[in-house]
Amino acid sequence: MTDIRRRDLLVGTAFALLGKAAGADVIAGALPWSPNAASPPLPVHPGGWHFFTEAESALAEALADRIIPPDPGPRGTPVAVPGSAAAAATTPAAGSATRDTARASGSAHANGTGSTSGATGASGPAPDYRTEWCPGGREAGCAVFLDRQLAGPYGQSEGLYRKGPFQKGSKTQGEQNPETPAQLYRRWLAALDKYARSLQDGKPFVEMSTDRQDVILAGLESGSVELEGVDAKDFFKHLVMDLQTGFFADPLYGGNRAMCAWKMIGYPGAHYDYRDWIDRHNERYPHPPVAITGAPGWIPRS
Amino acid sequence: MARKLPRKDVVIIGLGWTGSIMANELTDAGLQVVAIERGPWRNTATNFAPNYAQDELRYRIRHELFLRPAQTSFSFRNKTSETALPIRNWGAFMPPNGVGGGGVHWNAETWRFLPSDFVLKTHLTQRYGAKFLPNDMTIQDWGVTYDELEPHYDAFEYLCGTSGTAGNLRGQIQPGGNPFEGPRSRPYPTPAQRQGYSHTLFAQAAASLGYKPFPQPSGNLSQAYTNPLGVRMGPCTYCGFCEWFGCANYSKASPQTTLLPVLVRKPNFTARDLSEVTRINLDASGKRTTGVTFIDTSGDEWEQPADLVILAAYTIFNVRLLLLSGIGAAYDPVANKGVVGRNFTHQTISNIVSFFDPEKFNFNNFMSSGSIGMCIDEFNGDNFDHGPVGFVGGGYMGQVQTNARPIQGTKVPPGTPQWGAKWKQAVREHYLSTVNPGTGVHGSMYSYRDVYLDLDPTYTDHLGLPLTRITMDFHDNEIKQNAFLTDKFAEIFQAMGAQQMSKQYRKAPYDITDYQTTHLCGGAIMGTDPKTSATNRYLQSWDVPNLFVTGASSFPQNAGYNPTGTLCALAYWSAKAIREQYLKNPGPLVHA
Repeated sequence: MTDIRRRDLLVGTAFALLGKAAGADVIAGALPWSPNAASPPLPVHPGGWHFFTEAESALAEALADRIIPPDPGPRGTPVAVPGSAAAAATTPAAGSATRDTARASGSAHANGTGSTSGATGASGPAPDYRTEWCPGGREAGCAVFLDRQLAGPYGQSEGLYRKGPFQKGSKTQGEQNPETPAQLYRRWLAALDKYARSLQDGKPFVEMSTDRQDVILAGLESGSVELEGVDAKDFFKHLVMDLQTGFFADPLYGGNRAMCAWKMIGYPGAHYDYRDWIDRHNERYPHPPVAITGAPGWIPRS
Repeated sequence: MARKLPRKDVVIIGLGWTGSIMANELTDAGLQVVAIERGPWRNTATNFAPNYAQDELRYRIRHELFLRPAQTSFSFRNKTSETALPIRNWGAFMPPNGVGGGGVHWNAETWRFLPSDFVLKTHLTQRYGAKFLPNDMTIQDWGVTYDELEPHYDAFEYLCGTSGTAGNLRGQIQPGGNPFEGPRSRPYPTPAQRQGYSHTLFAQAAASLGYKPFPQPSGNLSQAYTNPLGVRMGPCTYCGFCEWFGCANYSKASPQTTLLPVLVRKPNFTARDLSEVTRINLDASGKRTTGVTFIDTSGDEWEQPADLVILAAYTIFNVRLLLLSGIGAAYDPVANKGVVGRNFTHQTISNIVSFFDPEKFNFNNFMSSGSIGMCIDEFNGDNFDHGPVGFVGGGYMGQVQTNARPIQGTKVPPGTPQWGAKWKQAVREHYLSTVNPGTGVHGSMYSYRDVYLDLDPTYTDHLGLPLTRITMDFHDNEIKQNAFLTDKFAEIFQAMGAQQMSKQYRKAPYDITDYQTTHLCGGAIMGTDPKTSATNRYLQSWDVPNLFVTGASSFPQNAGYNPTGTLCALAYWSAKAIREQYLKNPGPLVHA
């Protein structure tokens, strides 16, 4: 196990870059073991843009808020969710840890600490996190997610088969595009911006009303809006996929800020042990979500 | 120029499931064994620790544990008349890489094939007549029977600690198990896993329709287990990060959790990782291998001489190495001659996503395991009369939902927009009350004359060697089979109370971007006739008797089950033949 191999894992390539790195080992006599070796992910740090220009970032944030709009009403307005009363579970634990202490201790996060008691006091039903007001894609960090993805291995098509000749094939043969996502998004966003400014009042997309933005996006989706020099439907397909991926991915990648998307659907995140609940059929899981890098109330020690 | 290493008795190409089993069996016989693995060494604590293993983006969406296409890929076309183009990013299947192979990131669904599957051509011809089969279907008998494999299925299940409920114990049908399975000599080593709410309701609905539901046999263990080698495994925690992921709990059966800790300590075993075999070498006669040539990640080329070569890579790479090494006649679909590349198959999978009343149902499907689930086998293999339906084959079906990871597991009812406020609210309302089995209908794919592997004339890998070219399409038989099975599947969800269903039938043409399973089979098939098979019934090459080829490449056609149980049973069967017959008298074990 060399440091080189560990670095390769850290940047997510998962294979030693061929012909560059040594690393082939002969393994005999005992299991190879590097104490404390691990390949944890590198969390995204907010602030600034790594790929987008300022103008692109404004457009990406506007798009994020249309693909995933903020919940209606002012921040904090509860959202009605069917079943939120019916399937309420009370905590099974005899101990009655408060919600805050359960969060602080990382209940059931299977990182070796074991699980703690439930998320609520024994007196009432578990909260249904789905009813919390959920921000839109902008505030959830989906544009930051996309920015970091485009600046990283995904943006460069790293690890994918990139040899030519590139030829157009049938749909069943998959994408055969020589351009990387980073190159495509640069052209896609420019083409959308140009299109928006070409409409009657010349307003950039980001200054339009959300209704007008939605009309354009619906046009991209259906094919009725064509963008100069790019495949608009293909753009829209990737845009929706990438922003929604960022919304639901672990918050360490920049989206799903404070696990807002996970709360919205009732997904408990990176818990790793449900042996206490697999038999509790039709009972809502009572614990708040946790993420790979922690949860609100956890204080990272540096 | 390759540097020559000291001779070994055995060189094994690939250290996945079958390579590990072969290595363990042959080192037990006292042989000096080296295994050469293309990918990295991986272990639980370093590579899939429980504080970051549950990362859907990294492992599922960005494919971290898999072979990277930049290293080597495949080209693909539906028909011989088309130009094959390279698979640039994985879609229909996910080739493994690294120590443990697919055993690291499989779901651990540990099935046995039906007794009739092994004598398929004979069985179907006797029951329905030869004219019932499509003209271009090239199914064959395997040359080995279920009864011959039974002790080896048993050995693999006890190695893994497989959790399940027996359906047929020495011929006695058992309540709660699969009544269609072949007789097993003893019960599963551990009881079946516990089942979630949706899995349980599915079983109740299936029973109400007269079917006999049973728990899917699982290599994610219901309880702690110590296997016959003394390796201990922990109980599955239903984390919902199984397939595509490594298991952080030591509770999914893999070479790492069942075999390698014992194998690596043996003085007569050596492994080399990050080393890619590029050729199986032959002597001047062309009828005997002298070992292999490989290239490590420094770019250094080595020759590993050996008396016996075990080709234990992934299906398509087995076929590719045979073609690159000039072993066996390459298959020609026009002349219908040659053996290497023929009878290549995949699977015929379909899914139904069912939406239930969110006021009444809370399934919590995020808590699950890779091989949890309740299944029925009434429509598998030849468990039902195919006369009236006009096709052959079938599959198990079940609520086998392994997870509800949110990037891929947030489904919305038909007619809902795919983005915007309505999409967002629909995701919120339906996430906990949606049933999405994934590979819910697990259909067979039988073999055809025009579905095969050869070497691509244009596209090459990182070493400049030709990619394997896949020519594959679905035939009417499989499409009919899937429509029939998917409709039966839908009836069960209807009985379960689904409000809306999205039925995702498998349709032609075969699409390389649409994930089914990684169960690619055939291309170096076993059989009784050297004109139509690459190996004999012991997986020994007809052309080069000191070469054995393990894995699903030996399947003459694919059955309606996951392949790992069968390909591992075949590895034990082959190892037994090597130990008890071949070593005493090295040479062909079958004279054609």
